[in-house]
Amino acid sequence: MTDHSNPYLPYIATVDDTWLETVGDRCVRSFKVTLDDNSARESWSHQPGQCAMVGLLGVGESMFCISCSPTEGKFLRFSVMRAGKVTQALHQLEAGDKLTVRGPYGNSFPMEEWKGKKILTIGGGIGQAPLRPIVEYVKANISDYAGLTMIYGARTSNDLCFKGEFEEMSRCDDLSCHLTIDVEEEGWQHNVGFVPQRLLDLNPSPENTIAITCGPPIMIRFVLENLKKLGFADEQIYTTLENRMKCGFGKCGRCNAGHLYVCKDGPVFTYAVLKNVPEAFA
Amino acid sequence: MSAMLLNKQKWTEFTGILSGKKVLAPVACGDRFRYAVPAEGKAFSLDFDRPLVPPKSAVFPQTETLYRFQLGKTELAAPQPGEELILLGVRPCDARAIKLVEKLFRWDVDDPYYLRRRELTTVVGLACLEPGLNCFCPSLGGGPASTEGLDLLMVDLGDSYYLEPLTDKGRSLMDLASGLLEEAGEEGLQKKEEAVRRAEEKIRRTVDTDGVPEILPDLWEHPLWQKTAAGCLGCGTCTYLCPTCHCFDIQDEIEGFEARRCRMWDSCMFEEYTLHTSGHNPRPTRRERTRNRINHKYSYFVRKFNVIACVGCGRCVNYCPVNIDLIETLREVKEAQ
Repeated sequence: MTDHSNPYLPYIATVDDTWLETVGDRCVRSFKVTLDDNSARESWSHQPGQCAMVGLLGVGESMFCISCSPTEGKFLRFSVMRAGKVTQALHQLEAGDKLTVRGPYGNSFPMEEWKGKKILTIGGGIGQAPLRPIVEYVKANISDYAGLTMIYGARTSNDLCFKGEFEEMSRCDDLSCHLTIDVEEEGWQHNVGFVPQRLLDLNPSPENTIAITCGPPIMIRFVLENLKKLGFADEQIYTTLENRMKCGFGKCGRCNAGHLYVCKDGPVFTYAVLKNVPEAFA
Repeated sequence: MSAMLLNKQKWTEFTGILSGKKVLAPVACGDRFRYAVPAEGKAFSLDFDRPLVPPKSAVFPQTETLYRFQLGKTELAAPQPGEELILLGVRPCDARAIKLVEKLFRWDVDDPYYLRRRELTTVVGLACLEPGLNCFCPSLGGGPASTEGLDLLMVDLGDSYYLEPLTDKGRSLMDLASGLLEEAGEEGLQKKEEAVRRAEEKIRRTVDTDGVPEILPDLWEHPLWQKTAAGCLGCGTCTYLCPTCHCFDIQDEIEGFEARRCRMWDSCMFEEYTLHTSGHNPRPTRRERTRNRINHKYSYFVRKFNVIACVGCGRCVNYCPVNIDLIETLREVKEAQ
């Protein structure tokens, strides 16, 4: 039983299911995870955009965005790129294995405030992980929103995460899904080209629309530029930041971008806020 | 209880009264002093200058166990609350720092480790009557006999110590020793004030912090950061010895099947501090790290807690191996305005 007054003590959780999203050196593996403690599982509540500290006892902890929407059920999902010590160890896990979870941390996308608006997500590579909860949340509450457009790209078709989930989107009138890859591939039936260009080509109207982008820094830079070209106001543009973190609740000091702690003040920010933070896109 | 005097001839008796308790006092270690448990039965004195490592380590240990576990098991055991501690001979700047850092450890989410130690610790200060060359505490709102963060202030009056209780913890400590104390009276107070005034006059260096928190963000691309960082070795001494630096890392340590997750001091002057697993580093060079260190203390912390996270102890100036001088940097900040 976890002592809830001690924010450093994690919950113990079990991997229910795990699968590869992409293959290769920096492959992405998703985990469906359930907290072991009944009352913790019942009281856990997160919102799209929030993060959690996932760890393995004896290895360490790393911060990941929660890549599922609370509308999907009483479980958590993380999509983890194999890159460092903790993520390599996480990739060894199989269904039934234990891990630790702390959180949820940070602010969230203001899904309530966005009711009645058109939602436009623009993701690249593993950057789709924090956007996926928005997509799922809107799908579950579709009558509350004026539709959802998803633009998602990666280097190759293999590098696209959540591939199995896009087909059903094309069957719903209120949802549209635009995939793109950087280079031509045999058998690829969608667009070829970079995400920022795809955004320009689709030419979405900024009217009553919220745009949320996440992906590699270089992609974000050009997406922001192009959103401005399309007439989006700074307040209509959201992104999530990531930085190295240790505690997750504003003590360890390292995740700051300027005066903002990504773990507490973020990870969700509007461009209106970030454009005045010199380190935001460093 | 009002202010009292402790005759120095009764010092050994006084330390005897404390002998049943855990005491950390300045103990000679080579040619420096550090806060440690004095050797059993060995007399210790308050005759020291300024300790190299600030006593923040008493409430924020350099390495601290968050919880223990056995490999392959999932039971987590957080350490039991420690014992009461009397921290003796704390310089007022360092006591102020403990108080400042507490703001962060109380902010939004309470940090149980810091706050528990803080609760169990009685901080006994010793006025700084011989300030160092690079002391500048009055510029940051402190002073040689500042009381912020102290439970009890002691001032060396030559033959005796002047004891001024500041909190209940300080009063209970004085109650223990009441048999050894005599009323300080008006004469004692005057002597104390005179000693403090002389100490204040000895402080040579000053910093004009007026407006600095507001100016700093506008100097983001200013050449002064490149200039300041040019000689920096990235050794982290300035941060490890800083009484207000509180950043930490969390790591797992394993010995056989016994393991612990612990936190340890970290430094924003290290490359790994902000290095992403991808290889990307938002603060890739010492220029960005230096800029962050100064901004954190003199601007970001101020925006959150309305006070500068520096107490003017001068350690970062004294012990920088390449003589980078914070006071000089702040002067340049003011001039660049």
